[in-house]
Amino acid sequence: MNVEATTTLDTRGLNCPLPILRTRKALNGLQSGDTLHLISSDPGSVKDIDSFCKQTGNELLENFTESGEYKFVIRKI
Amino acid sequence: MGNTAKVIQEPVMDRNLFNDWFDERMAEREAAHVPSMTIIATKGTLDMAYPPFILSSTAAALGWDVSVFFTFYGLNLLKKDLDLEISPLGNPAMPMKMPVGPEWLRKMNMNIPNIVMANVPGFEKMASGMMKKTMKDKGVATIEELRSLCIEADVKLVACQMTVDLFSMDQSEFIPEIQDWIGAASFLPTAQKSDVSLFI
Repeated sequence: MNVEATTTLDTRGLNCPLPILRTRKALNGLQSGDTLHLISSDPGSVKDIDSFCKQTGNELLENFTESGEYKFVIRKI
Repeated sequence: MGNTAKVIQEPVMDRNLFNDWFDERMAEREAAHVPSMTIIATKGTLDMAYPPFILSSTAAALGWDVSVFFTFYGLNLLKKDLDLEISPLGNPAMPMKMPVGPEWLRKMNMNIPNIVMANVPGFEKMASGMMKKTMKDKGVATIEELRSLCIEADVKLVACQMTVDLFSMDQSEFIPEIQDWIGAASFLPTAQKSDVSLFI
């Protein structure tokens, strides 16, 4: 049984491709079913995180913009 | 008039069943396939160091198998001491912008005549310094950082043996993470099997 663990990753101030690379690293440290909350200030990350999730099979649960910052909730497969 | 025309019989096969079976096998095959990319990196300036390292670290993050073959000036990107520079001379596409000062000044593109760029001592050093400052301010990774991320993500870095001999370099000047010293004949079979192959 997996205990739901939520991790937050702050990539504000970082530019392409660092948000993706940090996300990959953070997901590697998580268990299947865990969720990762990601904050980014890079507008390119909106499309890139979506594409990253599609390609790697991880689930993009939420994706929204809040006060000029891009927020994502990803569930690891 | 005999009944001589032959009746051509369709082979006994349920086409729909076969199509389903075939589609399933193809989908399984596609799902099991690990994408791969090979890059040939031939440039050794600061600006041209970014594409191979950005693409390979990102591809590795997507779960792809990546190999990069460094040849000619690209070999500079594998030196232990990275001292990469840009040259705005003869590169009219490169923006010349101030990394400091008020916003209106930062946005301005300085048109510096070639004769100045070519004759002012240390012009490239200064331009390289300004570019590095801009990259740092904008949160763009350094080449050192991207390179170690590639190594960490198992991007295979291979180097051209001929280039080392050609430019009288020594293997000890390069990072120990280089997986192999090879020639074109060793790299091409890997490139042949890859889904994406780029020359940079």
